[in-house]
Amino acid sequence: MLTDEMKHEIEAEAGLYEQRQAAAIEALKIVQRHRGWVDDASVGDIAAVLNMTPDEVDSVATFYNLIYRRPVGRHVIRVCSSVSCYVMGYASLREHLRARWGIALGETTKDGRFTLIPNQCLGACDHAPTLMIDDDLHHDLTPESIDAILEKYE
Amino acid sequence: MATIYIDDKPYEVKDGQNLLQACLSLGLNLSYFCWHPALGSVGACRQCAVKQFKDENDKQGRLVMSCMTPASANIRISIGDAEAKEFRQDVIEHLMTNHPHDCPVCDEGGECHLQDMTVMSGHHDREYRFKKRTHINQDLGPFINHEMNRCIQCYRCVRYYRDYAGGRDFNVFASHDNVYFGRHEPGTLESEFSGNLVEVCPTGVFTDKTQKKHYTRRWDLQVAPSICVHCGLGCNTTPGERYGQLRRIRNRYNGEVNGYFLCDRGRYGYEFVNSAQRVKQVVYRRRDDAGVETVEKAVKGDVLRYLARLLADGATAIGIGSPRASVETNFALRALVGPENYFTGMTALETRLVSSMIEILKTGPARTPSLDEIGDADAVLVLGEDVTNVAPMMALRLRQSVRNEPMAVAHKIGIPDWNDAAVRGAVQTKKGPLFIATPAATKLDEIATSTYNAAPDNLARLGYAVANAIDPEAPTGDRVSAEVRQLAETIATALKGAKKPLVIAGASCANECIIQAAANIVWALCKTEHAAALSFTAPECNSVGAALLGGRSLDEAIQTVRDGRADVVIIAENDLYRRAKRADVDALFEHAKHVVVIDHSPTATTAKAEVTLPAAAFPEGDGTFVNNEGRAQRFIQVYVPEGDVQESWRWLRALRVATGKADVAEWATLDLALASVEEAVPALSGVRNCAPPPAFRALGQKVPRQAHRYSGRTAMRANINVSEPKIQEDPDSPLTFSMEGYRGELPASLLPSFWAPGWNSAQALTRFQEEIGGPLRGGDPGVRLIEPAAGSAPAYFGDAPKVFAVRKNDRLAVSLYHIFGSEELSALSPPLAERIPALYAALSPSDAEALEVANGDTVELRLNGAAWRAPVSVRPDLPRGTVGVPAGLAAAEFLSAPAWISVEKVSAT
Repeated sequence: MLTDEMKHEIEAEAGLYEQRQAAAIEALKIVQRHRGWVDDASVGDIAAVLNMTPDEVDSVATFYNLIYRRPVGRHVIRVCSSVSCYVMGYASLREHLRARWGIALGETTKDGRFTLIPNQCLGACDHAPTLMIDDDLHHDLTPESIDAILEKYE
Repeated sequence: MATIYIDDKPYEVKDGQNLLQACLSLGLNLSYFCWHPALGSVGACRQCAVKQFKDENDKQGRLVMSCMTPASANIRISIGDAEAKEFRQDVIEHLMTNHPHDCPVCDEGGECHLQDMTVMSGHHDREYRFKKRTHINQDLGPFINHEMNRCIQCYRCVRYYRDYAGGRDFNVFASHDNVYFGRHEPGTLESEFSGNLVEVCPTGVFTDKTQKKHYTRRWDLQVAPSICVHCGLGCNTTPGERYGQLRRIRNRYNGEVNGYFLCDRGRYGYEFVNSAQRVKQVVYRRRDDAGVETVEKAVKGDVLRYLARLLADGATAIGIGSPRASVETNFALRALVGPENYFTGMTALETRLVSSMIEILKTGPARTPSLDEIGDADAVLVLGEDVTNVAPMMALRLRQSVRNEPMAVAHKIGIPDWNDAAVRGAVQTKKGPLFIATPAATKLDEIATSTYNAAPDNLARLGYAVANAIDPEAPTGDRVSAEVRQLAETIATALKGAKKPLVIAGASCANECIIQAAANIVWALCKTEHAAALSFTAPECNSVGAALLGGRSLDEAIQTVRDGRADVVIIAENDLYRRAKRADVDALFEHAKHVVVIDHSPTATTAKAEVTLPAAAFPEGDGTFVNNEGRAQRFIQVYVPEGDVQESWRWLRALRVATGKADVAEWATLDLALASVEEAVPALSGVRNCAPPPAFRALGQKVPRQAHRYSGRTAMRANINVSEPKIQEDPDSPLTFSMEGYRGELPASLLPSFWAPGWNSAQALTRFQEEIGGPLRGGDPGVRLIEPAAGSAPAYFGDAPKVFAVRKNDRLAVSLYHIFGSEELSALSPPLAERIPALYAALSPSDAEALEVANGDTVELRLNGAAWRAPVSVRPDLPRGTVGVPAGLAAAEFLSAPAWISVEKVSAT
């Protein structure tokens, strides 16, 4: 069940477009902002609100890598794996994080604190290698500097 | 026409095509995946790359996607160019990295477009040595098997299901090499046209689940051209048989009728043919003086002699034909009993409705469009028909018709029709005018401009009002409400503004006024110089054929027997209990001294017969059906049935011979029988020409029903007899039950299926068409028997009916149709069972309130002393004063006829 607050926010978005369906992405983002991810039931609920079928909403939801259709940790780390970061040390950064928690890309730490996913380009090539934790961009990283940064995210 | 150069050779091609279409039409081999003739081009798979050159001096050229490049005049391309070839090979190599290469266990193997294209492109060495991505498959219901690992991401399935057929419960999920085609969650695919995924998918992701239960490779199937028996549209099919069992139904392209697709009822309704309950032997039911019945199997010769004695001089025999029996069968029955003793097997009402349609099409100026032409209409009014459930493929065509008007936007900016993604981008969600006026909501409502639900008489009144709005001389009803008048004006404006307006009506509401109203509308349009078309749905596969043959109604047959004016009643392929009141049919059986029933499936009527003769089901015999368009189409025997089973018309011929009415030479072949039909019934003149006669030979050879790779010919019956049996004879068609014969260009009505070297899948079709999406070479099968009359239009039908008056106690029964369940034969097929609804009584909210019932409560329906109990379904779309009952359900019997029914609440006990 969507909360009244979510419904209200989705309605506000839907009103901006000629077709209600156009608000599908925003609706998914709204649910994700409140719940951390988008569960199956929410897909059906969004569909009902926007006059779509669950299949249509899920088609959109699963296409975007920033819509999470599985639960994620409290913080999501998006490691840039695009070419500049790759050249500047993406691999060692990734290995450092993997070794630290013993998880692969796409997995969540046992304590539910972090989820690690790859991301193609964060748009900060001049400061490669980079990663994002939640909404914060961190750049010019080394395996050493990253540990200190992680401390800030509980 | 334009001249294009392919590998330095000039070719003449039709304007407006893309290069891929042009190359395929020229018979050249060029690989492709995402392009489909009915779906157009999206340029997604990159498989159809060719080299394009600026001019004859350009040696470098550049790669272009042939499906996205117009075949414009003087364009120079190369298919054989080394770089283009390597590119196509690389593309398929990439597509194949995740393909499991499991052809030996894949149902698509042997008729797989992916196999064909892989071979064609020359990619024969698999180098990929890594893990392949895998998926979890879904249960998609009783029709479709899902195996996602085989997917090559061509997107055809979702483009077909979602964009073309309008299905909203199937989609594409995720991205990059994890793309998944299926449903949000496992479950039965809701579209009535889901079965086409089997033929649209270029590989084995979607395969026929019903065939899986008795799987046979394509090359092991014996096939022949056939016609679907499950509605009045007459879609062309290719049934496949092995070991005396019907294994599957596939689409058989007919450019004028079904094109590339079939509905799920037509594709999956075939299993009744394989039923263990089939009538396969002559059955004689003896009743002794004490009324005790014994049922015994009888010897054919004995029974024929017995029947000949019954039919001997002095005895009066009447014949009751059937709208689901072939032209030949109905005619043979008429010939046996004499025209004066022949009855159509349709009720008086049904006979009147169908005859009225034919009369309107014959005497009026409006032409009835072919099924294909329905898709070309740019403004449509549907009057009284739930098209999706009554004539499903017509609904699929209507889904295309609403694209025509908004397509002008794309034409204006120069986008060709085949450029699918661009056209859809330009058109967005805009839909052309489609108005639907039906007793209750229908599935097509979702694409309609506006809808109107009302009682049948009020639907007719709307029709009259529309005609009057087009031509003030056309009569209209009294007291037309402002609402109806306004809607009528809107509809009239849309129809008048269209280039190809179309009105669809039919017999579903059992209301002749609706049919007449539809006629008035198109006649009014024709008067104002519009090329208006009028299409009627037909209740059954040969309703029109039976009506053209003519004869008295079933009601009169029952009366004749009741009056003691018939000693012997012969019924051909008709379950009278589905048509007339139980009490009346019971009376017929009580009064008739002898009842002979010829049928292939057991019915309530065969249960009453003294003698039951086993008839051939459609793949077991030859015959002709006339569809709703008036198109006579031949179905040719696929395999020889076991035992005494033979076509009903052959049984009737045998009776004629046994009684001395005919000598053995008469009607020895289907062709001779049809010659008699044409001689005796001018209205059916032309039926003989809908396929070449049995004597037809191509280069002196017959046409083989078996593929040249048919396996086990000498071994498959070795457990019975090691000697290979003689090839069975076929007196009725130029086809042979053999692997040997002529393979090549043939009259389309004789093409058992489409195959060409290197083209083993359904995509081989391009080799048999005059152009992509056009007619089959030599003309599409079928002969139109009904054309509009020349000269002045007939007078308009008189005044509209009065406003529907709600009655105090009784409610008007309106039939609600179900694609699965309403048709007699498909309902006997087990794969459909879980899709058939249970009996219900639908009531409007105000009727439910008046009866103090809610959803799920039980009501009793009473009519002429018979009673049914059914759970209530409250439907806000249903008009007040009516009760909606599912049409044709075995449990509902004759309930669905238009009648005033008493509905009462059954209190819980």
